[in-house]
Amino acid sequence: MSMGAVTASSKVSTTVRVGAWIVPAAALLLAAPFVIDPFQTLTLTYGLIAAIGALGFNLLLGYTGLLSFGHSAFFGGGAYTVAFLVKYLKIASMELFLAGSVLASALLSVLFGYVCVRYTRIFFGILTLALSQVLWSLAFKFFWVTGGTDGLRVPTPTLLGAAPTDDKMDFLVHRYYFYVLAVFAVCVLLMWVIVHSPFGKALQAIRDNETRAEFIGIRIRRYRLIAFVISGIFTGVAGALWAPLNGLASPDILVWTFSGEIVFMTVLGGFRTFVGPIVGAVAFTYLKTYAVGFTVYWQLLLGTVLVALVLVLPTGIMGAVEQLASKWKRAS
Amino acid sequence: MTVFIIHVLNALLYSSVLFLIAGGLSLIYGVMRILNLAHGNLYALGAFVTAWAVGLALEAGAPRGVLFLLLPSGAIAAAACGALIERTLLRPFYKRPEEYQLLMTFGLLMILEDLIRFVWGPNPLSATTVYAALGSISIGEDRYPGYNLVIIAVGIFAAVFLWAFIYRTRFGVILRATSQDKRMASALGVNVNRVYIQAFTLGCFMAGLGGAIVVPSQSAVLGMGVDALVLAFIVVVIGGLGSLEGALAGALIVGVVREAGITLFPEIELAVLYLIAAVVLLARPAGLFGRP
Repeated sequence: MSMGAVTASSKVSTTVRVGAWIVPAAALLLAAPFVIDPFQTLTLTYGLIAAIGALGFNLLLGYTGLLSFGHSAFFGGGAYTVAFLVKYLKIASMELFLAGSVLASALLSVLFGYVCVRYTRIFFGILTLALSQVLWSLAFKFFWVTGGTDGLRVPTPTLLGAAPTDDKMDFLVHRYYFYVLAVFAVCVLLMWVIVHSPFGKALQAIRDNETRAEFIGIRIRRYRLIAFVISGIFTGVAGALWAPLNGLASPDILVWTFSGEIVFMTVLGGFRTFVGPIVGAVAFTYLKTYAVGFTVYWQLLLGTVLVALVLVLPTGIMGAVEQLASKWKRAS
Repeated sequence: MTVFIIHVLNALLYSSVLFLIAGGLSLIYGVMRILNLAHGNLYALGAFVTAWAVGLALEAGAPRGVLFLLLPSGAIAAAACGALIERTLLRPFYKRPEEYQLLMTFGLLMILEDLIRFVWGPNPLSATTVYAALGSISIGEDRYPGYNLVIIAVGIFAAVFLWAFIYRTRFGVILRATSQDKRMASALGVNVNRVYIQAFTLGCFMAGLGGAIVVPSQSAVLGMGVDALVLAFIVVVIGGLGSLEGALAGALIVGVVREAGITLFPEIELAVLYLIAAVVLLARPAGLFGRP
């Protein structure tokens, strides 16, 4: 009886706590395009798209304990699916793009995952990297299909059947922004449900102790494969949203260093928390945009940030926020 | 027949350079359990330093013989850089999960890539004078660059030297002991920290040497490190991460497949290499020579 009361009250307090975060965040995101200038809105759109990818990636790193260095395959796979749909099937509907990329990245991640989930730790990382590079080399070499290093052009799509407006910038920072925001919200909700479901708990059990998880009857390899596929689909959706925004699907989103960037943003935000990858992806996008604009040596800048991060702040931005919050609580 | 001999020599050429890079990577992993993502950049560093030193010597009007003596400068620079990195950035991470080590070396990759651009600029550097100095030899009716034979010889020498070093010297015994059981070696009085820095430096020296001997035949360009690293990954995955014999076997396999691929199936040459790596991993998870 009292136990039930405790869980009920803790559930209520969780809802309140989550609500206290979501409501202002949603209000800010909804108001953003009317307040900040178009360039900022574009950067924010890129950030939200990266956040969807990082959210998917973190299901593996944060919740299953697998560090993939090959998520560029799914991001690039999603983007190239869109480009192929445009080039070969003359499709212009964003909904079909999303459906196609979900299908394509699901297929791709089942294929890759089947091979990769037999391994953990460093071998898992190398294997995902090697397989993603297969895709890169194919995109690079079969230029008559993929456009080679030039990539493939992706025009602005129709959203929910409505044709794009003539002013491309206006279209991107308003209609497309809200479209991305809606997909982002759905993805966050879905991922929240996934990691708090029994399936999500099983993944965390596998991460924390593989042997014990196996002993209580969790079929480790199957769970890892399912996590891998879900992770791949999320990142594929991010790639599909990215392609029309960027206007071009090119091999540089398939190279393994792009996978490194996904890892970077997740660690920047903090991979031990749910919102960490989202915060990290938006922060990384801003950081990179400004670093690239500021100096040709932006890699040096970002590399130094990464090294410093790993040295002094391994729990990322959200980890630091939590530490500060608990200090503040104790002080008051 | 002549064509066949030239193909074999080319395959050996690739294998020699690949062995130097992948052997270093594998040695470092075998001893320290660190996969150094910045390893390719040390190879690039070796190439840039050698090309730069040769260029300076040419401007000063040095005789051709001196140019050959300058070749190892890139290897020495890479080794020094490696020793510095190990001391300052990697040492705090030995007790942390390997994800952090991987991230640290990824950060180093980005930093080194731009440092090379910062020091030597965006244009390629070359040391073709050294390449041209040896002329070419005739094989049947065809001619083959003499310098390529130097690269092959260095590759073979490095393999023999490393084998002797690791299996026939006291240092080799200590290295192997540390690699097999770090705590036991430490308990027996081995200074593990010293072994680590020596192994890391030696590994970086090999990568730098690879870059240094390759630069006369092809220019040092930005991005060469990242490309080389990915090939080195294939080599160590096939051969077994942490095994030098594996690195040698892997380098030979990749060298032969690449040479065959360039003539027979150029579009899917890289894809075939990755697929071989994937198949080897499926059949023998630890690679051909790796410890499971």
